[in-house]
Amino acid sequence: MTEKKKLRIATTSLAGCFGCHMSFLDIDERILLLLELVEFDRSPITDIKHCGPCDIGIVEGGICNAENVHVLREFRKNCKTLIAIGACAINGGLPAQRNHLDLGSCLTEVYLTEPGLVHGHIPDDPELPLPLDKVHPLHEVVKIDYFIPGCPPSGDAIWKFLTDLIAGKTPELGHGLIKYD
Amino acid sequence: MTNESNNLETATHPENLRRVAIDPVSRVEGHGKVTLLLDENDRIHQVRLHIVEFRGFEKFIQGRPYWEAPVMVQRLCGICPVSHHLAASKAMDMIVGATLTPTAEKVRRLMHYGQMLQSHALHFFHLCSPDLLFGFDSDVAKRNIVGVIGAYPDIAKQGVLLRKYGQEVIRVTSGKRVHGTGSIPGGVNKNVSIEERDYLLKDVDQIVAWSADAVGIARKLFEQNLDLYNEFGTFRAHTLNLVRADGGMDLYHGGLRARSMDGETLFDNFDYSRYWDVIFEDVKPWSYMKFPFLRSIGPEQGWYRVGPLTRVAQSDFIPSSLANQARKVFMAFNGGSAAKATLGTHWARMIEMLHSAEMIRELLHDPDLQGNDLVAKGERQERGVGVIEAPRGTLIHHYKVDESDQIVRCNLIVSTTHNNQAMNEAIRQVARQYLDGKKLTEGLLNHIEVAIRAFDPCLSCATHALGKMPLEVELLDADESRIDVLARSSEGSFCTPG
Repeated sequence: MTEKKKLRIATTSLAGCFGCHMSFLDIDERILLLLELVEFDRSPITDIKHCGPCDIGIVEGGICNAENVHVLREFRKNCKTLIAIGACAINGGLPAQRNHLDLGSCLTEVYLTEPGLVHGHIPDDPELPLPLDKVHPLHEVVKIDYFIPGCPPSGDAIWKFLTDLIAGKTPELGHGLIKYD
Repeated sequence: MTNESNNLETATHPENLRRVAIDPVSRVEGHGKVTLLLDENDRIHQVRLHIVEFRGFEKFIQGRPYWEAPVMVQRLCGICPVSHHLAASKAMDMIVGATLTPTAEKVRRLMHYGQMLQSHALHFFHLCSPDLLFGFDSDVAKRNIVGVIGAYPDIAKQGVLLRKYGQEVIRVTSGKRVHGTGSIPGGVNKNVSIEERDYLLKDVDQIVAWSADAVGIARKLFEQNLDLYNEFGTFRAHTLNLVRADGGMDLYHGGLRARSMDGETLFDNFDYSRYWDVIFEDVKPWSYMKFPFLRSIGPEQGWYRVGPLTRVAQSDFIPSSLANQARKVFMAFNGGSAAKATLGTHWARMIEMLHSAEMIRELLHDPDLQGNDLVAKGERQERGVGVIEAPRGTLIHHYKVDESDQIVRCNLIVSTTHNNQAMNEAIRQVARQYLDGKKLTEGLLNHIEVAIRAFDPCLSCATHALGKMPLEVELLDADESRIDVLARSSEGSFCTPG
């Protein structure tokens, strides 16, 4: 145990593909160093259901249903610094490709008219949360403090960003770490 | 036994039952949840795994030029993007009428084995090992990768480094660790240089050795908990997988083999470009994920299982020596019980990881990787089908492209979709075995998650959980008012809020 109090980090994936979390793991064995400096609150690597008070929140993915909105607001309420990571969080990314289409016709195509289907109908059970008409980027719903671009950003970029932030510096990603693809 | 012992899909009189929801259960790309309906004696009448997110990919890819598909489609999943990248590429090979050059096929295979290695390592070490090492009922505060790093630092570090190596193979062959661009219609856009080859060769023997160790760990876990592992969530199922012409395992290419739960071969080496002659899809109102089935058997009984357990058990052999030896041990173990057990999937997965490591080593010694003949072309077709064995099972991509090079139709049947009914069967079985008639506890709930996790890391981590999902279970009576709730507190402990 270190003398210094560890920073608390929460992470989640909303309407994303989990690729940004994979990149987070791409810090490889540096995760052992990271665990000396931080502890995880709600995250894919813990059992914590609701985000408690945290120093840093990292959110992957955009907003595609009402539940995403609730989770994002909970993060904003609890995290001193909130970071949007990856293309989907920043501008909707690939899931937002459906935004120029009518949601009803999407559902019809996939569940009703495709060949090779039996019992075709659009799933409508009350257990299914309603999808939003459009996929939204995070900053349309809450204030975001930092944006890390990339689809996904590299493990090196995430490492540089986090170590700067943990050291109390304004994070800077120089040449080679800022990428949009 | 329950009132409907053989089918917990739909309760006869749901109006008189109370609902218990495990929400969220993490899953492929987004949220999933499990709901149970129980009577006043805690007997279970209905169990369903709901897939609750809709993407519409098949629709919005229409109108895009066909060469974009391999790069676009992999963004469905950041855990196994290479599988989508390659399945789409194989479909586009058909569109451009190409037979791959040896260099292109081998670079793609190398990429694919790198993907298998990293995904299987991630799943076993980062996601499932906390349950398997600490126990399904163990302390929730410890039951995660951080706990594994604390208690078993060597195992955890090996897991991290195995995954790292697989990711580096992907980076070398595709340009990026996640969402690379190496594969294109008709071939690849780069070879493997001598420097890159030597960089990967440097560690490959160690990676093979660690993979063999991982098979040993998985085997030991099974041996030490024999009764539990044999019965936990185990059910009989038909199977589907790709095999090569001689019946051996081939994760990149082959024909479709289906066997009934009694071991009868239903079809073998079936040309996957006409998959719809043998597979149809059913739709159920309570899930966005479809339910594929074998046409010859029908929607009610024709569902099947794909993935590591199926591939290892249903291929005739594995074409790499260490993994083939490991397969023989696996198949003979305890009269063949591991090859039928849901939790045997972990052991099978590690055998595949070993096979992938061996294949990477073999390919790295092949001079074709340095070839310069990268792309082939032929007569343009309008329809393309690509099938590959992804980490979680058989993955089907199907496209139609018009004369102006635009995609006009797309159908995807992803690995997890093939396993939809199988996963529902597994959780129903666990509900019968462990939850029926009992008062809920956190440990019992985790049993349901353990069953889901055995199938697929996308289900274990897509939206919420690399390893463990947060949970709240509500007990509602018939008119939906809450009568009981269990939740994990922010410290990870389990409590019944007042």
